[in-house]
Amino acid sequence: MAPTLNDPSDVATALRANGYIADEGLATAVFLAITLQRPLLLEGEAGVGKTELAKVLSRWTGGELIRLQCYEGIDITQAVYDWDYSRQLLHLRAAEATGESQGLTTNALEQQLYHERFLLKRALLAAIDSKGDTAPILLIDEVDRADDEFEAYLLEVLSEYQITVPELGRFAAVRPPIVILTSNRTRDVHDALKRRCLYHWVEHPDFEREVRIVRMRVPQALDRLARQVAGAVETLRTLHLYKPPGVAETIDWAQALVALGVTELDEHTVEVTLGAVLKYREDQERTRQHGIAGLVKQAFERGLSAG
Amino acid sequence: MTGQLALSPTPAERMAVAFARVLRGAGLRVPLGSVLTFVDALGRLRLDNRTQVYWAGRATLVRTPEDIPMFDRAFSAFWLSAVVDTEAPAEEEPVRITLAVDDDSDEDNADDDETPEAEADPSITLRFSAVEVLRHKDFAEYSDDELTIAQELMSRLEFIGPPRKSFRHHRSRRGRRPDLQATLKSALRSGGEPITRHWRQPGERLRRLVLLLDISGSMEPYARVMLRFVQAAVSGRQRVEAFAIGTRLTRMTRELHSRDPDRALAEASKRVHDWSGGTRLGECLRQFNDQWGVRGMARGAIVVVLSDGWDRGDPQVLAEQMRRLRRVSYHLIWVNPLKVTPGYAPLARGMAAALPYIDDFVEGHSLAAMQELAAVIAAEAPQRSAG
Repeated sequence: MAPTLNDPSDVATALRANGYIADEGLATAVFLAITLQRPLLLEGEAGVGKTELAKVLSRWTGGELIRLQCYEGIDITQAVYDWDYSRQLLHLRAAEATGESQGLTTNALEQQLYHERFLLKRALLAAIDSKGDTAPILLIDEVDRADDEFEAYLLEVLSEYQITVPELGRFAAVRPPIVILTSNRTRDVHDALKRRCLYHWVEHPDFEREVRIVRMRVPQALDRLARQVAGAVETLRTLHLYKPPGVAETIDWAQALVALGVTELDEHTVEVTLGAVLKYREDQERTRQHGIAGLVKQAFERGLSAG
Repeated sequence: MTGQLALSPTPAERMAVAFARVLRGAGLRVPLGSVLTFVDALGRLRLDNRTQVYWAGRATLVRTPEDIPMFDRAFSAFWLSAVVDTEAPAEEEPVRITLAVDDDSDEDNADDDETPEAEADPSITLRFSAVEVLRHKDFAEYSDDELTIAQELMSRLEFIGPPRKSFRHHRSRRGRRPDLQATLKSALRSGGEPITRHWRQPGERLRRLVLLLDISGSMEPYARVMLRFVQAAVSGRQRVEAFAIGTRLTRMTRELHSRDPDRALAEASKRVHDWSGGTRLGECLRQFNDQWGVRGMARGAIVVVLSDGWDRGDPQVLAEQMRRLRRVSYHLIWVNPLKVTPGYAPLARGMAAALPYIDDFVEGHSLAAMQELAAVIAAEAPQRSAG
């Protein structure tokens, strides 16, 4: 069953219990998305946890996670449904071979062919036609990569929560899915689609929240290390890097450090593990220019503050 | 819920409508549908809880991060006034609030840019003879009438550019992939025997065209004509993006989209706040690369920089950003209106720094030059050596 919610703080609590620390803004947006049954469009830097949110929602509500990864040229046969043509052909041949088709008109034969059992349900139809007890979570990832035409179609589906297959008729959702769309802003998502959705711009977490995230996701990391890592990442984000590290990188880094048995940052460990946080050679160079020693020093100060 | 509007508005409705007015006053686009969603959202939350109302507004009324600062200002102004008298009819007070929107002195400046009215048009016959003269005349020496004509001519330019393979397949006589759907359909006609086979092959797709227009002081004589060129491109084909670069980066795509050039130019001028200011080419390109270009907008795209290459910033920064841009783009073109000047050498530090990364270096001082540019855009990109 869909969870009963009274307040955005219920959402925050439930997400936390499932390993996701949301700030008040995101909790409110999710709360409204669920209670108003509106899709939620998340935009923000890569690696701030947009996709992760959908996974956590699925874990929390128990709804099946249905993911649609968008890309340029995605069309109905990849996103909504397709017919299993090879099986249809086989069926046709079989009907021919057994003589079953003898007494049938072309029309009747066609009706046999366009039956639901030959229908391949892709993500959107699967989400609309879900038979589970709980509303599924539909994740439409990187919608900015799809084409305008696809967006227009998506708008239609997300407004009515129903899909028409011309040969079969209409599928309407019994329990409309909880829909999360993400975008990296490589282009503007069309205004009409945005209006249909609730919108939330996901920021990098602040220091304290990031420490809590690291502690939660990498429980082996001691509090001191978590604070130092979060502190160092906070500094890295101010260096005008090509790709400032997101939360995902912070977690990767903490995991790498734990795997190496590190309990405290020092210049050498930062130097050798920098590849876990910074994925561009230029970014690593810039950080070295800034000075790894300085980075470690700042991280230490952060680690001490209120720790 | 909303059916009751005609009776007496609920506190949530009153609040939503009043706040929407403040936002509109501050220049945000707030469609009615969003306001209704906001009302629904408020219905589920506590109206006296500032953070809840704030985030409900953010989720329902804001649609791009650029609007967030304006929203924040409007919200704090609104909240202050709303708390004082929640019960008073929310009709008049919020409308009065004038928010400190950025300096309008720039905007006045930009208004000069607007096209002279079309009544000043000479007769058609006259114009055609004028065209030849105009074609090679330097933009800097144009009169207002000539600008109008130039604009018309530019709107006839075509900017198609070489297509690339799309991922979407369509039917074709011969192709690489079997088209089972069509094969099945015809098999049905021939008693289940797939006699004729059908094929699919990938379609073609326009490449994105990205235009970066330098609007700094040194470009002044050219920028307004070039803006028309940019506008013609944006309204003339799909998948075009336009930005102004000066002391900061401003995206103008939406503003220029209107088919009515005068309106488009006026909108764009309003949007851009740093007309004829300084130039920080490198810094602006960095912003472009970070926020748009390298993320995807410039990937596989035809990128055109329209600038004289005067940069007050560090040429190193410009060089680095041009290198990044070159790595992701398909064709990198630089248009410099000063190139035609006798004895011109790319001495401007910025220009010199950018030059190694450019595929094509084009003049941009006259109509003929802009036609040339359109041809360069349409051409296949030159083979690049690695690096």
